[in-house]
Amino acid sequence: MSEFVLLRHREIPGLNQLKTYVANGGFSMWKKVVTSNKPEDLVREVKASGLRGRGGAGFPTGVKWSFLPNDIWPHYVVANADESEPGTFKDRELLEFNPYQFLEGLMLASFAVQANDAYIYFRGEFSQIAKKIDERIAELTTKGYLGDGLYATSYSLRVHTHVGAGAYICGEETALLESIEGKLGQPRLRPPFPALSGLFNKPTVINNVETLANLPYIIEKGSDAFRRHGTDKSPGTKIFSLSGRVNKPGNYELPLGTTFRELIYKHGEGIINGATIKAIMPAGASSTLIPATETALDTPMDYEATSALGSPLGSASVIILDETVNISRLVNSTVHFFKHESCGKCTPCREGTYWMSHITSRIESGKAKKEDIDLLKVVASQMQNKCLCALGEFSIMAVMSGLQHFRADFDARLES
Amino acid sequence: MNQLLKKYPEEIKRILAKYPTEQKQAAVMPLLHLAQGEIGFVSRTAMQEIAEITGVTTTEVASVVGFYTLFHDAPEGKIRLQVCTDVACDLRGAKEYLANLCQQLDAKPGETSMDGFITIEEVKCLAACDRAPLFQSQIGNELEYHENQTPTRTMDWLRSMSAALNGTPLRSSASIEEAPATKSTDGGGNE
Repeated sequence: MSEFVLLRHREIPGLNQLKTYVANGGFSMWKKVVTSNKPEDLVREVKASGLRGRGGAGFPTGVKWSFLPNDIWPHYVVANADESEPGTFKDRELLEFNPYQFLEGLMLASFAVQANDAYIYFRGEFSQIAKKIDERIAELTTKGYLGDGLYATSYSLRVHTHVGAGAYICGEETALLESIEGKLGQPRLRPPFPALSGLFNKPTVINNVETLANLPYIIEKGSDAFRRHGTDKSPGTKIFSLSGRVNKPGNYELPLGTTFRELIYKHGEGIINGATIKAIMPAGASSTLIPATETALDTPMDYEATSALGSPLGSASVIILDETVNISRLVNSTVHFFKHESCGKCTPCREGTYWMSHITSRIESGKAKKEDIDLLKVVASQMQNKCLCALGEFSIMAVMSGLQHFRADFDARLES
Repeated sequence: MNQLLKKYPEEIKRILAKYPTEQKQAAVMPLLHLAQGEIGFVSRTAMQEIAEITGVTTTEVASVVGFYTLFHDAPEGKIRLQVCTDVACDLRGAKEYLANLCQQLDAKPGETSMDGFITIEEVKCLAACDRAPLFQSQIGNELEYHENQTPTRTMDWLRSMSAALNGTPLRSSASIEEAPATKSTDGGGNE
């Protein structure tokens, strides 16, 4: 792709220096946005761009912002930098190498909903990145981009960092809010939704790092320019984190709607040792296993078409499985992940992931009987649609689709 | 006397200023990071002090320590070596890599090497799936990523660290008796 919107640091060396970022158009609109004082213009432009949340849900960002009530204050904006889906490593690259674009996006989002305090929630493993971002926030404050009474207006904006301590569940937005409040990271019952009662029980917008990093481009170049990439319903570019059995894993920024084939064979340079591709997990460990048929490979990676294949696009963490991968082993791995990360709040998830992990371990150890596979299916289907949050629901995706499409891999592990 | 407050007055003031004045509980996690940075784990005394600063009970602070995997309530090896073996890393040989390291260190995941220097742990996704096998080292509260590893590379690094840190085991520190006896290793109590 000739024009990066997000991974611009790959073309511009030193973009993680403020001087370089500003010299390349960074913060060009910030002063104007603040002094013209028309937050509704930002909301309108972002709505028109059709930008959808890049953290996984794909919800239209501008619409999310417009849910905040105008009679309850203060408003908060929270950046979700808790990137922890197995297979996702895109936000980390942005935070390290193009941090100001993310920060500018966070600032624009804050102004759009008139928040005076914004929080960035980092996963605990990103503590060094958080330290760096703290320095950059201090620098922006010294230089007058952040602080009280910006550009002689009445608008003030402070940005704070908050570092987690190792809990996948905190990527779920209400668990994340609990974690900022100093509690266990357990999801809240909804409603009320965060837009009405979020952080400290105040109206809150929670956006993913990549979502926010799109905003400077949209505000500077306009929604039409943004829509030049991608499809009508899934506009813009997306960072695809490609991993698994490919020759060249990595982050690739491509227009939404690019096919799996192009990502895997052109950018990822095909399968290791020229092996045959077996399945695709488009949304990391939370993904359904999609058998890698010709039709699947030619499917455009956008929110609609990927869902039609049977898996949400999620955060576009595309894990590739080839013929050397036994699906029973893989499912054992995803189930153990969710068992470890289950927060323990709701029974179907806490117990379901626990018992599934016992069964998949037994299958892997070669001591299982056919009845165990049936039992695994029963436990998984009993969890379906009964969990408090998406983590529980996601935990059965690989199990159900694995049994459906690759049953032979499980049978091969049974006690003879 | 609150030792944490006495030792880090400015840092604690800065942490509390991040949150609304009536929301002091929000400072629990940053304060835990601060306390852990010093000795590699959070002592019972530190938990009491954090509770005092934030106006919550010690039990609430301890439950936060128990819930999050990067908080520790007991001293272990000076270096925590954390290997991700999730799906994407497994597909690049992370499980075999971990098994090899465990054999060389003569310790199972979760255990500490004989000299008390290294605690090897199997952890969940570290968001560097394209550069597996990898591990994260935790020394005090300093986290560092080490990507594209082989057992040889890792062992070489450990040997150089051992020399640099004199291999003095944290285990011998006087604060060991402060550690509570039990610890839940994950939020769901599934372990």
